[in-house]
Amino acid sequence: MFEKVLTQHINIPESQSIEYYLKHGGYQAFQKVLKSMSPDEVIEEVKASNLRGRGGAGFPTGVKWGFVPKDDSKPHYLLVNADESEPGTFKDRLLINGNPHLVLEGAMIASFAIRSNHSYIYIRGEFVKEARILEKAIQEAYDKGFLGKNILGTGYNLDMAVHRGAGAYICGEETGLIESLEGKRGWPRIKPPFPAIEGYQHSPTIVNNVETLACVPSIIERGASWFKSIGPEQSPGPKLYCLSGHVKRPGVYELPMGTNLKEIIYEDGGGILDDKKLKAVIPGGSSVPILRADEIDVAMDFNSLAAIGTMLGSAGTIVMHEDTCMVDALLNLLHFYRHESCGQCTPCREGTNWAEKILHKIESGHATEKDVELLGEVANHINFRTICPLGDAAAMPIQSFLKKFGDEFRAHVGVGHCPLNSRL
Amino acid sequence: MAQKETQQPMKVEFSEAAKKEFQEILKRYPDKRSATLPTLHLAQREFGYISRDVMEYVSNLLDLTVGEVMDTTSFYTMFKLKPTGKYHIQVCRTLSCALRGAREIYEHLEAKLGIHEGEVTPDGKFSLMKVECLGSCGTAPVVQINDDYYEGLTIEKLDEILDNLE
Ligand SMILES: Cc1cc2nc3c(=O)[nH]c(=O)nc-3n(C[C@H](O)[C@H](O)[C@H](O)COP(=O)(O)O)c2cc1C
Ligand code: FES
Repeated sequence: MFEKVLTQHINIPESQSIEYYLKHGGYQAFQKVLKSMSPDEVIEEVKASNLRGRGGAGFPTGVKWGFVPKDDSKPHYLLVNADESEPGTFKDRLLINGNPHLVLEGAMIASFAIRSNHSYIYIRGEFVKEARILEKAIQEAYDKGFLGKNILGTGYNLDMAVHRGAGAYICGEETGLIESLEGKRGWPRIKPPFPAIEGYQHSPTIVNNVETLACVPSIIERGASWFKSIGPEQSPGPKLYCLSGHVKRPGVYELPMGTNLKEIIYEDGGGILDDKKLKAVIPGGSSVPILRADEIDVAMDFNSLAAIGTMLGSAGTIVMHEDTCMVDALLNLLHFYRHESCGQCTPCREGTNWAEKILHKIESGHATEKDVELLGEVANHINFRTICPLGDAAAMPIQSFLKKFGDEFRAHVGVGHCPLNSRL
Repeated sequence: MAQKETQQPMKVEFSEAAKKEFQEILKRYPDKRSATLPTLHLAQREFGYISRDVMEYVSNLLDLTVGEVMDTTSFYTMFKLKPTGKYHIQVCRTLSCALRGAREIYEHLEAKLGIHEGEVTPDGKFSLMKVECLGSCGTAPVVQINDDYYEGLTIEKLDEILDNLE
């Protein structure tokens, strides 16, 4: 039986308090780390667990921590990415609301591992309530001596603060986040140098997603081999799946990594809204390639989804039933990417603008076959030609919608209106 | 992302409480510029929106040029360059919400309030905006009014919420 690790306490009203957290074994892992482990031992344990980042890219967490220099004189920074703005994703908000100290404890352990004495939680500006919850939790942690100077008499110092964003998807991208934290517009940086070498204030910086960090305390407490035993060994662990769109029971489901997508939709999600037929699923947040209804018998983990040409991403699963117009759905997304393109790279800034315009034309039934072709070309000209992956994130939906639902795009050509009369 | 700015004819200075809060903000960062976003949030709370004068005030506080502060302010959609209604209504329009009726919610608000996107009702009570994914797609459709989220909305629920706003 799978035992929930991240969300078992979330529906309990007092679960936000440090007393509740301590009563249920909270901060044991941090104490274990402080009293009996070296930073390198923590990194080795996390490496051995095969924990992969939950923010979207799936990069091995321990490996990333290992990139931070061990003998330099600069300050190091641990940044918690609570920007949560990938459409279809709403898991970090749940963790912050229901188990803020778990997130903090993960950040503390990560800070210790990368020899950092400063940590910021970058939270999207709209999450006002959640920012207050985190601020309160941080204050409680200071009051109990888990933060501050000479923590629990071990000589380790750590300060933590909440930093609110102000409405920009791009600030979820790690270098955009760093620029934003520095008080500038969130324009991503060219890599290398990677943040682990040169990030915030030109100093070694690690950016980790909220859910990634929430996995860390249990890895320390129960060991890497326990973690690796949950789901596929190459990308194991408990996983939060976000289900939205046309399902009967949308929500966040904590399940073993690698749970079958069909099972998530039909069992956890209760099936398709109004018992309609399933048409399409975006499995990992709006930026990843879409799947047709006949492709959803697949394990939801990094490698299995990559094998069928899509991605786990942020595990934001958006479900669409038979009445959905795929052109209108893509138009909705391109409006998003055009609005959120930071404007720095021409292919992304201009390409998303063009794509949205062409999609308007197709959706209204006034396009020609050539326009549909042009849409694909525009996407090809964005992909891999930008500083950060926002460009790819806009191009991948276009390319995959065209590949999987091309007939539907062509059925709009010259009709003078949307054949489905869609109005998303 | 650029927005237009408008003038605001008043003396710009933080209240004593805000001045204290600003000092606390500064302590959290290794340099002053990093305090830009929190200071702008604070300024918006104090003055309602970020006018050119407010930018100048903030730039003096942080030892930055007005241009630097303007560059940052105009990049972020949450910083308002002109006044909004007492209740600023933001309707999520992105895919998960759109699939669950965001358009109906938005059009209902337009009709009920008699305003379009970016406008304020004549009595100054409401302003209306469409926004991108609010990170709450599982409880779509979602609307944010000032700091608060309203989730799993229907037209009826929304009417009730609006009627209860003073
Ligand atoms: C356009 C864009 C938006 C992103 N938004 C987020 C986000 O909201 N939250 C997040 O954790 N990661 C986001 N990422 C991924 C981050 O760049 C980074 O990979 C991640 O925070 C690393 O943490 P992890 O290794 O724990 O996954 C985004 C990436 C891109 C390209
Ligand atoms: S799409 Fe509306 S909250 Fe995500």
